[in-house]
Amino acid sequence: MAVSELHTPRRLAKLHERLGEPPRLVYIGAAAVAFWFVVAVFAPFIAPYDPIAQDLRTTLSPPSWAHPLGTDNFGRDVLSRIIFGTRLDLEMGILGVLFPFLIGITLGAFAGYFGGIVDTLLMRLLDVTIAFPYFVLVIAIIAILGPGVSSFYISVALVGWVSYARLVRAEMLVLREQDYVMACRALGFGHLRTMLRHMLPNAIIPAVVFSMTDVVIVILLGSSLSYLGLGAQPPTPEWGVMVADGQNFITRAWWITFFPGVAIVLAALSFSLFADGLAEWLGVQE
Amino acid sequence: MTLLDVAGLRTEFATPTRAVAAVDGLSFQLRPGEILGLVGESGSGKTVACRSLLRLLPSRRARIAAGTVMFENRDLMRLSEAEMRVVRGRDIAMIFQNPASHLDPVFTVGDLIAEPLIWHFGESRRAARKRAVELLRQVGIPDPAGQIERYPHQFSGGMKQRVMIAAALACEPKILLADEPTTALDVTVQAQILRLLLDLRDRTGLAIVLVTHDIGVVAETCDSVVVLYSGRVMECGGTQDVLTRPRHPYTRGLLDSLPTTAARGAELPSISGYPPPLDRLPQGCRFHPRCRFAIDRCRREPIELETVDDGHASACVRWREVMEVGP
Repeated sequence: MAVSELHTPRRLAKLHERLGEPPRLVYIGAAAVAFWFVVAVFAPFIAPYDPIAQDLRTTLSPPSWAHPLGTDNFGRDVLSRIIFGTRLDLEMGILGVLFPFLIGITLGAFAGYFGGIVDTLLMRLLDVTIAFPYFVLVIAIIAILGPGVSSFYISVALVGWVSYARLVRAEMLVLREQDYVMACRALGFGHLRTMLRHMLPNAIIPAVVFSMTDVVIVILLGSSLSYLGLGAQPPTPEWGVMVADGQNFITRAWWITFFPGVAIVLAALSFSLFADGLAEWLGVQE
Repeated sequence: MTLLDVAGLRTEFATPTRAVAAVDGLSFQLRPGEILGLVGESGSGKTVACRSLLRLLPSRRARIAAGTVMFENRDLMRLSEAEMRVVRGRDIAMIFQNPASHLDPVFTVGDLIAEPLIWHFGESRRAARKRAVELLRQVGIPDPAGQIERYPHQFSGGMKQRVMIAAALACEPKILLADEPTTALDVTVQAQILRLLLDLRDRTGLAIVLVTHDIGVVAETCDSVVVLYSGRVMECGGTQDVLTRPRHPYTRGLLDSLPTTAARGAELPSISGYPPPLDRLPQGCRFHPRCRFAIDRCRREPIELETVDDGHASACVRWREVMEVGP
């Protein structure tokens, strides 16, 4: 035991000691998520063709040995486009969660810790944000900023923070009454130290678990918006864009639409599995 | 020389209709190396009194309404919150009743103990952790170097209390406020923790305010004692004086209700009745409805503390009779 502990990175070993053995679902989910990361990182080595190279001699060819998932109306290899699309879709899923996560937990922590006027102001802002349907607000903001991937990030950050803020605030309200927070005050620690170093690590778990579920929502949202022409723009290989491009040919060449759709479903499923595993491991009721 | 001089401390809680005082007119002096016991039943205001000294009130509805707490020529009640933070943990530290819930579960004990040093003295994490090992040794934790990477939940109750004491003592405070430090522990561990506190006092000259409801603990550890009832001081003085020659019926009652081996099998005497709720305090002496010495004057007017002997005061008009009449 001592030997293996020496060889595990210390942080990880500590986390393991604190949280206990993760359930099998965490490993399965992590493997599935890792698969997509590997695909994204090594895309140029895995993909058999250039994702945007057109070959007008082989347009709309069905799946074959040369093109396992067929080609689209410009003769581009669907498999290669899906593989390269992983990069953008994963990036959208991760950054589209990271920004709202950071904004949300910061605001939620302040609101929950200080309460009073800070809390009231932030909660009213939150009420205004959730008064609009999620998708409608995201689309409205993108409409103002103009279509594109960066508009997507800004828009998701502006709308998505509310879930994290609410989760963290609720936890902070409970933690504020905890004895060890009183102990922090008795040791003379300042507000920021008490809040960020002592309360936040205890308050953040539901937000972390939710963020994994949120990745699924945001990947779906990102590809949906790209499908609608509000996110990634053609000819960028992106799953939603591919579905949109292929729908005109769906009766003659179903593979152009079908396979990117499958990729979206599988990627979403991978993150879902991981999220469920985490929730189980960390004991969070969603 | 007086280290801490508390005078006329009054802590109020706001209720929907008016403010009620949980602590009313608390005064005492603490000398370096002295252990002072703050005794009373549940709800007598001893914990609130203890927390008021560091202005760590349990709720937003509580406030310190009057009184001074002089420490090193400064009135702690008048310091800004930022100045107060420097006093807390560094000059005056506090330990609590339930060590399990007062230690942050996501920190290793090494980090918990090192943190006040990093915060107050700006020590490096490495140096602070080295000191943490030293402190763990001081509070009697075996193999301290092997323990600092462990988490609080991996320790027993008594060991957790030692960890909390080590964290409180990290900055070498002059005063330790101990809020029922042994109540949540079993009796043998209780004795070990008390011995540890005595030992720390002897070695470092630490002054301790020990909040407890256990007269036995007071007898074993305290140099002086303040007996609280419904937030008022009933009697105070040297432990020896107060416990062997009580001059207040309440103190008498507390002492009489201690189980003794002589009275084995007999029903344990107790003080009849209950402490009054703070919002419906009786007129006059707050103890009079439960007091067998009560006379008309006790029901009419509040009874002030009166010096009955050298360094011994009682808030009873009939303290002479209390002393003379046997149990």
